[in-house]
Amino acid sequence: MAAISREEVAHLARLARIEMTDAELDHLASEMDLILESVSRVQGVAGADIPPTSHAIAMQNVMRPDVVVPSLTPEEALSGAPAREEDRFKVPQILGEE
Amino acid sequence: MSEQIIHQTAAQMSADLASGSVTAVELANAHFDRIAAVDGDVHAFLHIDREGALAQASAVDASRKAGEKVHPLAGVPLALKDVLTQKGVPTTCGSKMLEGWRPPYDSTVVTNLKKAGVVILGKTNMDEFAMGSSTENSAYGPTHNPWDLSRIPGGSGGGSSAALAAFEAPLAIGTDTGGSIRQPAAVTGTVGVKPTYGAVSRYGLVAFSSSLDQAGPCARTVLDTAMLHEVIAGYDPKDSTSINAPVGKMVEAAKKLDIKGMKIGVVKELSGDGYQAGVLTRFNEALEALVAAGAEIVEVSTPSFEYALAAYYLIAPSETSSNLARFDSMRYGIRIGDDGSRSAEEVMNMTREVGFGKEVKRRIILGTYALSSGYYDAYYGSAQKVRTLIKRDYEAAFAKVDVLVSPTCPTTAFKIGEKSDDPLAMYLNDVATIPINLAGIGGMSLPCGLAPEDGLPVGFQIMSPALKDELMYQVGGTLEAALQSKWGKPLYASAPELAVK
Repeated sequence: MAAISREEVAHLARLARIEMTDAELDHLASEMDLILESVSRVQGVAGADIPPTSHAIAMQNVMRPDVVVPSLTPEEALSGAPAREEDRFKVPQILGEE
Repeated sequence: MSEQIIHQTAAQMSADLASGSVTAVELANAHFDRIAAVDGDVHAFLHIDREGALAQASAVDASRKAGEKVHPLAGVPLALKDVLTQKGVPTTCGSKMLEGWRPPYDSTVVTNLKKAGVVILGKTNMDEFAMGSSTENSAYGPTHNPWDLSRIPGGSGGGSSAALAAFEAPLAIGTDTGGSIRQPAAVTGTVGVKPTYGAVSRYGLVAFSSSLDQAGPCARTVLDTAMLHEVIAGYDPKDSTSINAPVGKMVEAAKKLDIKGMKIGVVKELSGDGYQAGVLTRFNEALEALVAAGAEIVEVSTPSFEYALAAYYLIAPSETSSNLARFDSMRYGIRIGDDGSRSAEEVMNMTREVGFGKEVKRRIILGTYALSSGYYDAYYGSAQKVRTLIKRDYEAAFAKVDVLVSPTCPTTAFKIGEKSDDPLAMYLNDVATIPINLAGIGGMSLPCGLAPEDGLPVGFQIMSPALKDELMYQVGGTLEAALQSKWGKPLYASAPELAVK
């Protein structure tokens, strides 16, 4: 049985905000199946007593001094904007028409 | 004259600049001439910043002329991987998503390079967002290996490694998440170092997998790599994972040429089956050279390494799916389909469909899956536990030996196109480079000869404990000197001549 269905891949693509063609979904579903089979080797290797590692060089609560330092000007911050209006990023509509 | 200049080491260029026998502007121009002559075939560069580089070079020349004290590498040219921001200079990460983007700020690596007066020639090609082992995943076309133009230069930093091997630059910057500095170095006969995680600031390094990403120095010799390491490393408050400790003395270590009494561990799990015969031949010869230099070789077993590749291909894609969410077409990068009728979400979906390539999409989907509720413990959680086991394997090994060694890659450079349709075969290239990223420790690749069966470079990997990066320079420098005295010349000097246009 396949570890992952085409419908599941389509759902993941929606979650990841990537539009995909039917052909892409078909191809990716078969690839994902192979990849998942391969990476599932990690399951059951470590016992319940083994803690997870998220960062190899552990550090906690790293702060920097709360001082004002120079930052980007509005012009610099907006320099890569696909669209702008005055000193703001202009984006497509977020809410529906109504 | 320019032919001779470009074949020199960065250390020699540094000495010539100091003595006044060459200027920084002459050096930069000699490299621009070389790039114009060979890069049509090699395609190491995505962008050449002639104006910026010459302005930097002139400033260095003026400082020297005025008798000001400058950094030894001031005026030496460098190729910068296109994943690091440089203010006003296009930064694409090899992706359509960032086509035309000019960052409004410098990465800390670039700030440090500029401070030292290192002249940045341009930006080098790479697999899209640093995901790949061949540079074939670049949206701007592949880079070709200068040793054989039909072969891959490694990846993701294939542009940087090819630029060094083709004498288009004596220094380069790479980034290494699972081997993207070391594997390209191995297959192009150059040197590359992934420093201890946190040694070099990630500020301005476009994130792929934040807990694994690390920028590092690349060059044609161990000493040149050490000199560059000292320029880019150091504490940076702008990166919360930056290590607040003094930078070790890498240059001094590279010049030591003494490893008497050192214990060197050969990792049993990173050799044997699946490794090309010629790779193992040259690797074993290098071990003999280390013994002749007075080191003791012992075999070390690291049983959890067999799960490293699987753990990596869960952890890295998981972090990718989160990191690459920032490419939403709202603040920078391309935007597709904004015709006034579509919603932000529709525009986002269309932009990410067009902007990302196949491998990036594959990893985002894989990571989204591994992090989804119901699968988290089985995949991401299990992978993080394996990461603990790998770290413990290293700790146990380093209790017995000073450094660990292995071949950098199972094979020499493969043909362009050979593995591009088989992601699992491609991922296997990283089997020997991935473990150090998971453990956060340092790793170097340096050339140890040409495989007898195909005449292509073989890489030798040295792994050192966290925060002891100078050990790999000490061992690497000694090995390089021993091998070069046997060969009569450096390996890079045997590279075939490229057609000059």
